[in-house]
Amino acid sequence: MKNIVMTIAVAALCAPLLAAAQQGPVPIVGIVELSGAGATAGTNFDNGVKLAFKEINASGGILGRKIDYTSLDTQSNPGVAKALAQKAVDQNAYVVMGPVFSGSFIVSMAETKRAEIPNFTGGEAANITQQGNPYVFRTSFTQSTAMPKLARYIKDKVGAKTIAMIWVNNDFGKGGRDTMQKALDAQGIKVVADVSTDPGQVDFSSAVLKVKQSGADAVFVYTNEEESARALRELKKQGYDKPIIGETTLTGQKVIELAGDAANGAIAHVGLTADAPEPAIRAFDEKFTKEYKYKSDHNGMKGYSAAYVVKAVTEKVGKFDSKAFAKALHGAKLSVKDNPGILLDVTFDNNGDLDRESFLVKVVNGKQVVTETLPPVSAK
Amino acid sequence: MDVLLQLVVSGTATGAIYALAALGFTLLWQASGTINFAQGEFVMIPAFVMLFFINVTGTPLWLAFLLTCGVSMIVLGWGFKRGVVDPLIKHGVIPLVIATLGLSIGLKSVVKAGYSAEAHPFPSVLPAGQFDLGGLAVSYADVGTLVIAGAIVFALQVMLNKTVTGRAMQAVAQNTDAARVLGINVKRMVLYTFLINAVLAVVAALLVTPTYLAKFDMGDAIGQKAFFAAIIGGFNQTRGALLGGVLIGILENLVGHYISPAYKEGVALVLFLAVILFRPEGLLGKTEERKV
Repeated sequence: MKNIVMTIAVAALCAPLLAAAQQGPVPIVGIVELSGAGATAGTNFDNGVKLAFKEINASGGILGRKIDYTSLDTQSNPGVAKALAQKAVDQNAYVVMGPVFSGSFIVSMAETKRAEIPNFTGGEAANITQQGNPYVFRTSFTQSTAMPKLARYIKDKVGAKTIAMIWVNNDFGKGGRDTMQKALDAQGIKVVADVSTDPGQVDFSSAVLKVKQSGADAVFVYTNEEESARALRELKKQGYDKPIIGETTLTGQKVIELAGDAANGAIAHVGLTADAPEPAIRAFDEKFTKEYKYKSDHNGMKGYSAAYVVKAVTEKVGKFDSKAFAKALHGAKLSVKDNPGILLDVTFDNNGDLDRESFLVKVVNGKQVVTETLPPVSAK
Repeated sequence: MDVLLQLVVSGTATGAIYALAALGFTLLWQASGTINFAQGEFVMIPAFVMLFFINVTGTPLWLAFLLTCGVSMIVLGWGFKRGVVDPLIKHGVIPLVIATLGLSIGLKSVVKAGYSAEAHPFPSVLPAGQFDLGGLAVSYADVGTLVIAGAIVFALQVMLNKTVTGRAMQAVAQNTDAARVLGINVKRMVLYTFLINAVLAVVAALLVTPTYLAKFDMGDAIGQKAFFAAIIGGFNQTRGALLGGVLIGILENLVGHYISPAYKEGVALVLFLAVILFRPEGLLGKTEERKV
C-alpha cells in the first residue's frame, strides 16, 4: 500500500515535468564539417539548416513546438563525426543533420541507426544508401543517379569520345569515379587518363600535366570544393583549352569564388543551384544572401530543404516520433506547392535516395548560368 | 623529356617558396638559437593581413604587400622577438620550441575565429597561361615565382656577404661573444634577423597563397616542409635552406607524377630521415661543436 502511494506521488510530481518536456523545444543536432577540408561544404549546409529552422520557429515551429538546433564540428574527421553522432543520440535528437562528407557519414551513421534516429546527409557516395539503413536520407542525388545524366550529356552535347578523369581519393571521389566509369562505358566514351589526387591536395601541376598528355577530348573533375578550385586554377595556369566538366561541386558558389576567372567555362550537372529559374529557389536565394551576406552553394540548399522536409513529414505524422518519421519519409512525395521550403518537388524511395529535377550549368563571368533543366529520373 | 623538364621547372618554383620559409628557420637559428615552429603561421598571418587591406580598405595588391611587410616586421619580427623569444631564450631551446608550438596553435585559432575556417581566394601577382620555351610549355606563374624568390635570396646573400651590416650579422651568427668584443651591437643584429624573417614570410605568402588559398591551417604544410628543407640543406647554412627547399619541390613533383600523388607528401619526410641518418649536419651544413 505504501509503495502504491509513493508511486502515485512520484508520478504526480513528474507529470508536469513530462508535460513540459513534451511541449518544450525539440532537439535537432547538426554534425557538420565546420573546420578542416570540408569546412566550405559543412558551413554552407549548417547555415542552410539554421536559416530554415529560424524561419520555422518564427512561424510557430513544428506542431506548435520550437526547434532547438545545435551544430557540432566534425573537423572533417570521421572519428570525430562518429563520437559526435553518439553525443547527438545522448542529447535525444529527434533528427540528425549531417555530416556532409560521405566518408564521415558512412562511419557515423551506425550510431544514429542504433538509436533509430533519422539522419540526413549531404554525402553523394553511392554506397551510403546501399547498406540497408532505414534511417538514412539524402539531401542530394546519389552518384548513381547523377553520373548517367552527365555521361549522356558528355556524349550528346559535348561530343567527347575520350575523357580524362581527375578525382579525389576518398569515399566521395572513389564512389564518383567508379560510378562515372560505368556510366561512360555505357555511353562508349573511353577514359584515357585516370588521375587520382589526395584530399586537401594543393599542387595539381602533375595531375593537369597527365590530363594534357592524354590528349582526351575533355576532362572530368570530381574533387571537393577547395581542391576543385585549385584544379581549375592549375588547368588555367597550364592553358588547358578543352571542356572542363564536373558534377555539382565543380561549379559550386564557393569554388567559383576561390577559383576566380579560372572557373569560367566549367560545366556541371547540379542537383541544386541558387540560380535555378524556380520561384521557391529565387526566394531562398534572396533570404540566404540577406542573412549571411553571401550566395549559397548547393550545400546550403541541401541543409535548408532538408529542414523543411523534417517539418513537412513531422506534420504529416502528427507527432514527434523518430521511428514513425523514418517510416513516413520512405516513399514520400512532397510538393513545393504545399511546402515551399523544400525548393523542388521531391520523392524519396525506400532506400532514402531522392529524386527531383536537376540542372546543367555553365560558369559565365563568375556566375552559374543554367543551360538546361533535366527532369526527374522517375519522369522518364 | 618535355614532361620531365616541365615537372622540374614547376617543382623548382614550388621549392623556391619552401626555401623562403626555410631561410627564416636557418637565419633565426644562426642568429639567436631560435627554432620557430610557428614559421608556417608566420606565412599564413601575412596572407590574411594582405587580404584585410585588399578587401576591407580596397588597397591594391602591391600596396597591401608593402603595408603587410611593415605590419609583419612589427608584429612577427619585433613583437615575436620581444614578446616570446627574449623572455624564453635564456631558459634554453626546449621552452622556446614549446612556446612556438603554442603560438602556432594560438595564431591558427585567432584567424579561424576571425576569418572562419573556410578558404578564401587570394589574388595572384603573376599572370596565368604559358609560353613556349624551346618547345617546352612553361607557365608565367612558375617563372615569376622563380624570379621573385631567386631575387630575394640573391639580395639576401649580397646583403649578408657584401655589406657591413650583413657581415656583422654573420659575425653574430658565428660567435656572439667575439662579435660583442669587436663592438658589434649584437641585440640590433639579432633584431635585424627577425625583421628579415618577417619580410621573407610575407613574400612567401604573396607567392604561395594563390595556390594554397588563404586558410587558417595553410601554414601547417608550409611550416613542416620549410623545417624539413632547412634540416636537409643544413640548419646552419642559408644556401642549404635553398637547396633543401628546391630539392623537396622537384622530388615531390616527380614522385607525384611518376609514382603516385599519394606518396608525394611523404617525400620531404623520407629525405629528412635519410639526411638525419646519414648526414645529420645537412647536405651543405657544417658540423658544429658545442660545450655541454
